[in-house]
Amino acid sequence: MQIQVRILRYNPEKDSKPFYQDFTLPDVSPDWRLLDVLHEIKWKYDGTLTFRRSCAHGICGSDGMKVNGKNRLACSILLKDLNMNNPILIEPLPAMPIIKDLVVDMTGFFQKYEVVKPYLITKTPPPSDHERLQSNEDAEKLFESAKCILCGCCTSSCPSTWTNENYIGPAALLKAYRFVFDTRDEGADERLDIIDNPDGIWRCHTIFNCIETCPKEINITWHLSQLKKRISTREM
Amino acid sequence: MSIIKTFDVVIIGAGGAGLRAAVEIPKEYSCAVLSKVFPPRSHTGTAQGGVCAALGNMEEDSPENHVFDTIKGSDYLGDQDKIEIMCYDAVRAIIELEHMGLPFSRNAEGKIAQRKFGGHTKPVDPNEPFGKRVPVDRACYSADRTGHVMLQTLYENCIKNSVNFFSEYFVTEIIIENGICKGVVAFDISTGEIIIFHSKVVMVATGGYGRVYRITSNAHVGTGDGTALIYNAGLPLEDMEFYQFHPTGLWRLGILVSEAARGEGGILKNKDGERFMARYAPSVMDLAPRDMVSRAIITEIREGRGIKGSDGTDYVFLDVSHLGKKIIDEKLPEITGFARTYLGVEPTKEPIPIQPTAHYAMGGIPTNENCEVFLNETGDIVKGLYAAGECACVSVHGANRLGTNSLLDLVVFGRRGGKAINKFLQSVELSGINRDAADKSKYAMQNILEKSGNEKVYAIRTELQESMMDFCGIFRNENDLKKMVDKIKELKEKYKNISVQDKGKIFNTDLVEALELDNLISNAESTVYGALNRKESRGAHDREDFPARDDVNWLKHTFISKNGGQEPVIKYKPVTITKYQPMERKY
Repeated sequence: MQIQVRILRYNPEKDSKPFYQDFTLPDVSPDWRLLDVLHEIKWKYDGTLTFRRSCAHGICGSDGMKVNGKNRLACSILLKDLNMNNPILIEPLPAMPIIKDLVVDMTGFFQKYEVVKPYLITKTPPPSDHERLQSNEDAEKLFESAKCILCGCCTSSCPSTWTNENYIGPAALLKAYRFVFDTRDEGADERLDIIDNPDGIWRCHTIFNCIETCPKEINITWHLSQLKKRISTREM
Repeated sequence: MSIIKTFDVVIIGAGGAGLRAAVEIPKEYSCAVLSKVFPPRSHTGTAQGGVCAALGNMEEDSPENHVFDTIKGSDYLGDQDKIEIMCYDAVRAIIELEHMGLPFSRNAEGKIAQRKFGGHTKPVDPNEPFGKRVPVDRACYSADRTGHVMLQTLYENCIKNSVNFFSEYFVTEIIIENGICKGVVAFDISTGEIIIFHSKVVMVATGGYGRVYRITSNAHVGTGDGTALIYNAGLPLEDMEFYQFHPTGLWRLGILVSEAARGEGGILKNKDGERFMARYAPSVMDLAPRDMVSRAIITEIREGRGIKGSDGTDYVFLDVSHLGKKIIDEKLPEITGFARTYLGVEPTKEPIPIQPTAHYAMGGIPTNENCEVFLNETGDIVKGLYAAGECACVSVHGANRLGTNSLLDLVVFGRRGGKAINKFLQSVELSGINRDAADKSKYAMQNILEKSGNEKVYAIRTELQESMMDFCGIFRNENDLKKMVDKIKELKEKYKNISVQDKGKIFNTDLVEALELDNLISNAESTVYGALNRKESRGAHDREDFPARDDVNWLKHTFISKNGGQEPVIKYKPVTITKYQPMERKY
């Protein structure tokens, strides 16, 4: 099967601004991942095409990119699931500076992740020779948020991120949920203080782009709404 | 002249072992963690099923049971003193991870939940350790994302400790002079700048090299850069011929389908719907160790009981449909999702097509129990050089690793390495380094960028991966292995004539792939020569021309090192046996 691919290219060593380049691939299979297509181009047509990837099955979070207008992981979509009537449009994740082609600068993304203190905070010493107890029900409340692979698809899909670069974004807030709602954690107050401001949780206007784009199908907005609820009840 | 950055410790690799070691380095020492990807992208994150420790949360168990299983699983090649260290430390290590915040699945009492895994057993009668054994709930897990949450938890603890990360840095050389390690040469992928990291200590935690095979569960970054750097520095590698194929990779793609699927009750079936493992391992059946199950699957296929796929390749079935939607969704959500996404198979209703997939290197950089790297087979140490995780060979996995013991290895030995480094730093001064230490790397990279040969990196890599699959895979023989030796020589010649299209400095992944290919070829070389040399079948190394294990001649570790342009040199180190004399390995 033949397909057409249109990729946003940018090499800061050569190009004054990004431009679209078209590729025609004469022989691909509908079972291919989009990542396989990118590899086909890089390995057989144009070695300068630049993108990140690693595990190739949706766990490492490296290959987030915009595909036909929606943020996806290139390794987690098959060609047969895309509309082939038009060229497949591949662009870097929006709202992040482009380093080269599909590679974006994620420094800001990881800085915001660190802001929410993404680690268990405890004051009570743990039992010396056994685990802390937690019901499976309580543990499972964390699992959906703990699925997050930090790919950046949600944060860069969020209109609130586009219009305010200081907004810490859904991925960082989801991580805040992961710890605030952990029965073992004792740092909820300091974390809630950090996110309880106009650039924190209140910048989430429940637009739901994050849910639509999340490759791990995490209901991010629901998790963020739990944080909002928690802050509201805390103030009362 | 290159930029020189100075640290007390440089850790190469930000997977489980590297991060666990980094957590252990106190703040008074400067520590840089270099990784060619962002730390949470590391391959540890793809581990699924669990990490074993005899917590006894579900049923009676003991560390000694774990020791015996690991030794038997290793086909008696694992060093028993090191296995004792790992299995007896396992309980503490898992509790520590829980204390660090790892979100484990829980049992009814709120303790860490445990499930069954291949090769993990206990005696039916505790007074008869060599009597009948049955599978035991020993694998601690978090749904089927255990590696993912372990990697996240360790990364989170590094953030808490303000660990200094250099993400997207590619290491091109480990500087070792006169038996002393002095740092590494690396380049910043995003700028192309070459930097000397001058340090008192280097820890190699670079993971495995599954990408030498065409069908592999390993990430694209799994090119064994650390083992290749050590080999190319003239140091020995241990037991490289022992490479594990995981029995259940997703057909065509090799994506891992965790043993947890069988731990929860999944069954392997051939084209007749027969549970064929009953013939190969009557006592534990589908939960036999990986080497045995992989061989059984290939045997079924060779004898015509596989299923022919649309592309002409063969598979067998992994059936979990009888477990019911609730168990599948709760305990195996990720892997069943893979089957849906990539193969369009609905595991709650139909069996999953699987085939063995290259998964794990038992061999690697030889170390003692404190992760100090051996200079030779007689036990001398390279001062300031440490290794941990899949790239290292302690050896706790011997000829075949048991499932879950890899994650355990990372946290037990990552921590031990960190502790040993702390002790070492108390008495060591930074030794001098030549300002031209990066020149070799610089010229090598320049050379690749300037070459205009006709050979392509992807074509050489594909040829390497396919021939390794054909000639040095699950079943091996002298004829095939000799073909592979010739193939490696041929590919090395071809590599001299490669060219890359990207000549730039900024984020040149064309160049990175070329450097990784060089490392893959080195790793294939040490693997194949080791396999050709070892004339017996043990664990994952199965020689059709020498089908029996030979304890008289081969109960010993291979130490292979490079010998200029000549054939590699092979020496041996005895296996340490404490309590368990080798017995016939039957399940």
